[in-house]
Amino acid sequence: MARQGPTTLEDEESCPPPPPPPPSSHLPKPISEPPLRLDSFPPPASSRSQSSLENTVPFPLPPRIRHGSCAESERFATSQRELTDADSRVVLVGDPDRTDPRLELSGNAIRTAKYSPLTFLPRNLFEQFHRLAYVYFLVIAVLNQLPQLAVFGRGASVLPLAFVLLVTAVKDAYEDWRRHRADRIENNRAASVLDLSTGRFRPKRWKDVRVGEVLKVLADDTIPCDMVLLATGDPTGVAYVQTINLDGESNLKTRYAKQETMSRAPDAHPFVAANFIRCERPNRNIYGFLGNMEVDGKRVSLGPSNIILRGCELKNTAWAIGVVVYAGCDTKVMLNSSGAPSKRSRLETHMNRETLLLSALLIVLCSVVSVCNGFWLGNHRDDLELSQFFRKKDYSDGDEKNYNYYGIGMQVFFTFLMSVIVFQIMIPISLYISMELVRLGQAYFMSGDTNLYDESSNSRFQCRALNINEDLGQIKYVFSDKTGTLTENKMEFQCASIGGIDYSGGNAPPQGNDKVPVLDVDDQCWKPKMLVKTDPKLVDLLRSKGDTEQGKRAHEFFLALACCNTIVPLVVETSDPKQKLIDYQGESPDEQALVYAAASYGFVLIERTSGHIVIDVLGHRQRFDVLGLHEFDSDRKRMSVIIGCPDKTVKLFVKGADSSMLGVIQNGIDLDIICATETNLQTYSSLGLRTLVIGIRDLSRNEFEEWQSAYENASTALIGRGRFLRAVASHVERDLHILGASGIEDKLQKGVPEAIESMRQAGIKVWVLTGDKQETAISIGFSCKLLTSEMTQIVINSKSRESCKKSLQDAVAMSSKLAAPGNVLTGAGSARSPLALIIDGTSLVYVLETELEEELFKVATVCDVVLCCRVAPLQKAGIVALIKNRTDDMTLAIGDGANDVSMIQMADVGIGLSGQEGRQAVMASDFAMGQFRFLVPLLLVHGHWNYQRMAYMILYNFYRNAVFVFVLFWYVLYTAYTLTTAITEWSSVLYTVVYTALPTIIVGVLDKDLSRKTLIKYPQLYMAGQRDERYNLKLFILTVMDTVWQSAAIFFIPYVAYRHSTIDGSSLGDLWTLAVVILVNIHLAMDVYRWNWLTHASIWGCIVATFICVIIIDSIWLLPGYWAIFHIMGTGLFWLCLLGIIVAGMVPRFTAKALTEYFMPGDIQIARELEKFQNVNAATTSEISMSTFSQQP
Amino acid sequence: MGDSTSPSDGPAEPRRKSKKPKCLQQELPACKPLLTPMIVVTTFALIGIIFIPIGLASLSASEQVVEIVYQYDVDCIPEQSQNDKVAFIQSSVTNKTCTRTLTVPRHMDGPVHIYYELDNFYQNHRRYVKSRSDKQLRSKASEKVTTNCAPEATTSDGSVIVPCGLIAWSLFNDTYSFAIDSKTIEVNKKNIAWQSDKEHKFGNDVYPKNFQMGGLIGGAKLNANIPLSEQEDLIVWMRTAALPKFRKLYGRIETDLDANEQITVTIQNNYNTYSFEGKKKLVLSTTSWIGGKNDFLGTAYLTVGSLCLFLAMAFIVLYLLKPRTLGDPSYLSWNRNPDGHY
Repeated sequence: MARQGPTTLEDEESCPPPPPPPPSSHLPKPISEPPLRLDSFPPPASSRSQSSLENTVPFPLPPRIRHGSCAESERFATSQRELTDADSRVVLVGDPDRTDPRLELSGNAIRTAKYSPLTFLPRNLFEQFHRLAYVYFLVIAVLNQLPQLAVFGRGASVLPLAFVLLVTAVKDAYEDWRRHRADRIENNRAASVLDLSTGRFRPKRWKDVRVGEVLKVLADDTIPCDMVLLATGDPTGVAYVQTINLDGESNLKTRYAKQETMSRAPDAHPFVAANFIRCERPNRNIYGFLGNMEVDGKRVSLGPSNIILRGCELKNTAWAIGVVVYAGCDTKVMLNSSGAPSKRSRLETHMNRETLLLSALLIVLCSVVSVCNGFWLGNHRDDLELSQFFRKKDYSDGDEKNYNYYGIGMQVFFTFLMSVIVFQIMIPISLYISMELVRLGQAYFMSGDTNLYDESSNSRFQCRALNINEDLGQIKYVFSDKTGTLTENKMEFQCASIGGIDYSGGNAPPQGNDKVPVLDVDDQCWKPKMLVKTDPKLVDLLRSKGDTEQGKRAHEFFLALACCNTIVPLVVETSDPKQKLIDYQGESPDEQALVYAAASYGFVLIERTSGHIVIDVLGHRQRFDVLGLHEFDSDRKRMSVIIGCPDKTVKLFVKGADSSMLGVIQNGIDLDIICATETNLQTYSSLGLRTLVIGIRDLSRNEFEEWQSAYENASTALIGRGRFLRAVASHVERDLHILGASGIEDKLQKGVPEAIESMRQAGIKVWVLTGDKQETAISIGFSCKLLTSEMTQIVINSKSRESCKKSLQDAVAMSSKLAAPGNVLTGAGSARSPLALIIDGTSLVYVLETELEEELFKVATVCDVVLCCRVAPLQKAGIVALIKNRTDDMTLAIGDGANDVSMIQMADVGIGLSGQEGRQAVMASDFAMGQFRFLVPLLLVHGHWNYQRMAYMILYNFYRNAVFVFVLFWYVLYTAYTLTTAITEWSSVLYTVVYTALPTIIVGVLDKDLSRKTLIKYPQLYMAGQRDERYNLKLFILTVMDTVWQSAAIFFIPYVAYRHSTIDGSSLGDLWTLAVVILVNIHLAMDVYRWNWLTHASIWGCIVATFICVIIIDSIWLLPGYWAIFHIMGTGLFWLCLLGIIVAGMVPRFTAKALTEYFMPGDIQIARELEKFQNVNAATTSEISMSTFSQQP
Repeated sequence: MGDSTSPSDGPAEPRRKSKKPKCLQQELPACKPLLTPMIVVTTFALIGIIFIPIGLASLSASEQVVEIVYQYDVDCIPEQSQNDKVAFIQSSVTNKTCTRTLTVPRHMDGPVHIYYELDNFYQNHRRYVKSRSDKQLRSKASEKVTTNCAPEATTSDGSVIVPCGLIAWSLFNDTYSFAIDSKTIEVNKKNIAWQSDKEHKFGNDVYPKNFQMGGLIGGAKLNANIPLSEQEDLIVWMRTAALPKFRKLYGRIETDLDANEQITVTIQNNYNTYSFEGKKKLVLSTTSWIGGKNDFLGTAYLTVGSLCLFLAMAFIVLYLLKPRTLGDPSYLSWNRNPDGHY
């Protein structure tokens, strides 16, 4: 593969002291070790040695040997910390009553619901009134109840607010009821608890389980609380758990019961209550646990490998017995599920700024009115008593007194409050309802979209959060998980190179009874669960049983695949009792793929126990003794097994990464094979395959014995056991004969490279955050076209703060050098070479939440691609926060596993993929869908539409209400500043609700500036949202100016026209009402992009509805305006005024629109024209891109 | 994570749609208007072509209206009372009759409308405009409903005032009579109010009661024997004006008035506008299809019309000077400067 100069900034220093604790923040302490998929947990035996290491610093390693992983030594160090009384809890095994009375130990009941029936009303109201706008409207409604200030009827002023509150409350109540139901189901599940008096296990409900009790969990049961393992059904104390609900990993994890407790419990034997466990306080770290157990006066250390957590499932183990240490809300899974923080869309945040501006405008208007009123009263002080329209005094009771007059100061104050009431809709309450409705509509259309429908999992798009739809149109950063998100998390064996000969001609899995490896066991037919395609040449070679060199090599190659692993075969029942499937479970999906491949070629792994494995070799069942196993570690980058074959020979099988394997191949032999294999390896990796090289070495008796004694010495070593074991492994893994290499495809999800390319064009930066190792991440990066060969890679793998700092500084220097425009190397004008940053979790430990963050931010933002490997869940959130806290750019996180939850909740928009890895990500997400590639239609099409619509709707709503308020305001200037409204109060109330509400909602839900086709074809159009093109302060100010002009046209044309006439207030009020409504609807009509029948119906329908409403209001004889509309409609002047208002009001806007659209066209405008005029052109070219994302298979 | 067992969030029900509903896919047939140069120029030209004739027509209509306006509030106060007009108007002994002669400038076709115009009189003042009881006005049964009528709801002894409220209380009470060459001209005071008001808003069984009996007289008194539905001056007055300067119909002269005729007007100047510097005018006017004399609308239409014609022209020039092919992809921002992004 032609990677240009990979710039590795790896440090060469030895192990430094662990980093100081990071500054406190909202994130818990980043765990020091990322979850290593292939690394094992610290062997249980090692804990025995730990008591002698108390209070020591990480033990000094010889500077030359770099394989001492810092993470491990640090873990040793931390686990040695003495648990003080203050930060520990003491659990008496089997005795919940006496367990640590200092602690308020909660039961195992959980509660995720927010309200109880009693607290619902006050709490819900309290929460709703967090929205400042509601408080405002409440204050207004209360003010209006005062007799001096009563502007509107009492009901009319309270109704809108009450309606909004009620709708929201009903919605909240429904959601909470669902949570209550889920809690109830969870709490009432059954667990079996040891009854000390009888010594038997009896059933108990989950919610009644208490800390200290001893529980028995059977295979496939969900574990009800966090427990320390005491004994398992396996004689060696091993238990396998599936942690899918916890961290999204679907493979089995191994947990151990301590030998000390195992021996005490040969079978469900009662445990002695005198034993106690001291462990740390409940915390969120699912990868860490610290404690010790007193067994018969002996102290035993407990680590993360001794605890099984709530939410996990016990697999492949008949039973497990454990003691509850954390229950209910203290369990790690519950502590990690701090409910999704409620998110607010960016538009809404910006909207608040404009709402404040509008409030300022409102205060200005009210001040103007009240001050003018004060002056007016002052000037007419002497006239007030006698002027017929004021009547300061009341004589009706015989004696004179002031009638409703409290002096100028008071009058001014009242006028101010009254004007706030009259002008209240300047702050549009209806906007909040409209926005909810529009989002509901948008969500309905998004979930109904067939382009977001995943047929393979039969899942539709789900909008789980309803208030951030429009954020989808402004995303700048996408943080993606790898496993299960970019890839399908299905490894597939693709090709093999054996003895330098490439076998990749397979195109179909074996079919027909003679070729499918079927095993007959006790009249039952066992089959591997999955078969891979096989190369016929290779099959023939294996079946020919020829004693050719090549045949032997192939035989050994597949034997190596079948035995050089840690896979556990599980026999699964099927619906047919005669047929059973063999399911391979293991921590590494690569190994699974290899074992399935071996099975397909006839080397079926059937059984694994701690001492031997059984393999069906081409129909003959053979037993192999596993004499030793050197697990994979990231320094050797290989693993090996020592197998005692049935023919009494001892063989060493090694498999590992090509770089590490080629160094331990025996020199001078098979040079041409090595050469050919290397060529094949290059071909495989250029295809994006993950490659492994397999080697073999026959061990002579002497060699084996030498190894055996070294191995035994190492595994019983008290100090540095891991280091010794590695040394033993390195010693034996040498002088190998090369067998061949395998190519495994980490299957990408459909359409991922195309989706990433589209997003790149749309100006969205895609970052991949994965827990996988670096090599894998890079190879996936290449296969999904995230990385390209012309990219310059900056790699940061540091093991200390200093080296990390240095690497980052180098990276900053390099990136700025490369990013500098017109630099000498790239030549002026030509595009600079794109940069890719690759950083691993260990380095991130030293970066996140320290001052180095700033440096990382600098580097990362100039890089086009960022790949983070080996990152822990909380580090994922930390990286998202890195961007989110430093820029205004919108972030989106997408993932499918529980390890993505923190990232999903941290990002502005979180998307969960409803994949195979459980539903935790979906539960925490704002949106959920089936495939990664749906991001393209989601962001580019729906996001774009949502943003355009919502942005327009907010501005329009501001405008719409402000026009009305300004019309009222102008009139107030001609009523001696007394806040009379010519427009009836009913029209004021109905204005936002009936006269103008529907069109904005319809347009907000349905209007599309561009078609789906165009948006997919030109991803760059998405950048309009990133640039805040449709909603910004400038647009707002322009809108306000337009508002003032339009309101002036509405008010002053009739004012001047009717200045010398007999016009009465109601008639003129009706004219103004109709003029405002028609004008704002025409304004909307002018901005609609797409007229379908619904748009027509709503806009014209609203104008008609307004006429009807005004007519109805004027037909009520009780109101002063009785019959006014009929009188004024009968005059020509009315219609001339209406026409004049519409034209005069619209001319400036129309002119500006025509000018900008033609002479300063934005991208969207051009694209609209393209759509309209170049249909022929577009149709031919868009087919290709369309088919990728939109057409369902 | 506690929600993990919530069953209702499971994947969608396995319902397969055989055909895509167009509405759900947001693919409704729609028209996509664009502001092409053609449409812009046509719109402006069309507005101009429509507005200019309308403007001319309304100007000429306004031109045909003949209007005599006579402001008499200051004029009708005798020389000696000019310093204290309020005292003059409040006094019950002063002679408030005032006779003046007006010249008809042009021939006036009958009917000639007689208006009184008040200025600076805030019939739309918040205190004033609410001070009425529509229920009381409509039927005798609701006579006691005087909710908003304060301070003219009841007399000092507590009996109800009909019609109550400030509006009725302040009924205009100047009267005019006209004569040409000592021959009285008939003023028709019938049907000056809206028919709808007379029939439905003011009851024919509601008679004035305790009206204008308080210490402070606001204006005219009402004949207690005539039902409200026939008190047309009151009905006209109760239809409160929109603006502080307003006209109200007083009556009609059904005959034509010839040019240069001298009309003798006898004004009973009773109404007190002096306390708040209000103006009173007598207006004789003919009408046309746009109402009274009103040059504004015609001028406005002419202005807007010619502005639009000008804009049409300006746009043509602009389009010719800076032409642009609509929908040319080379104008797209990323095609103009390919290095600009990412």
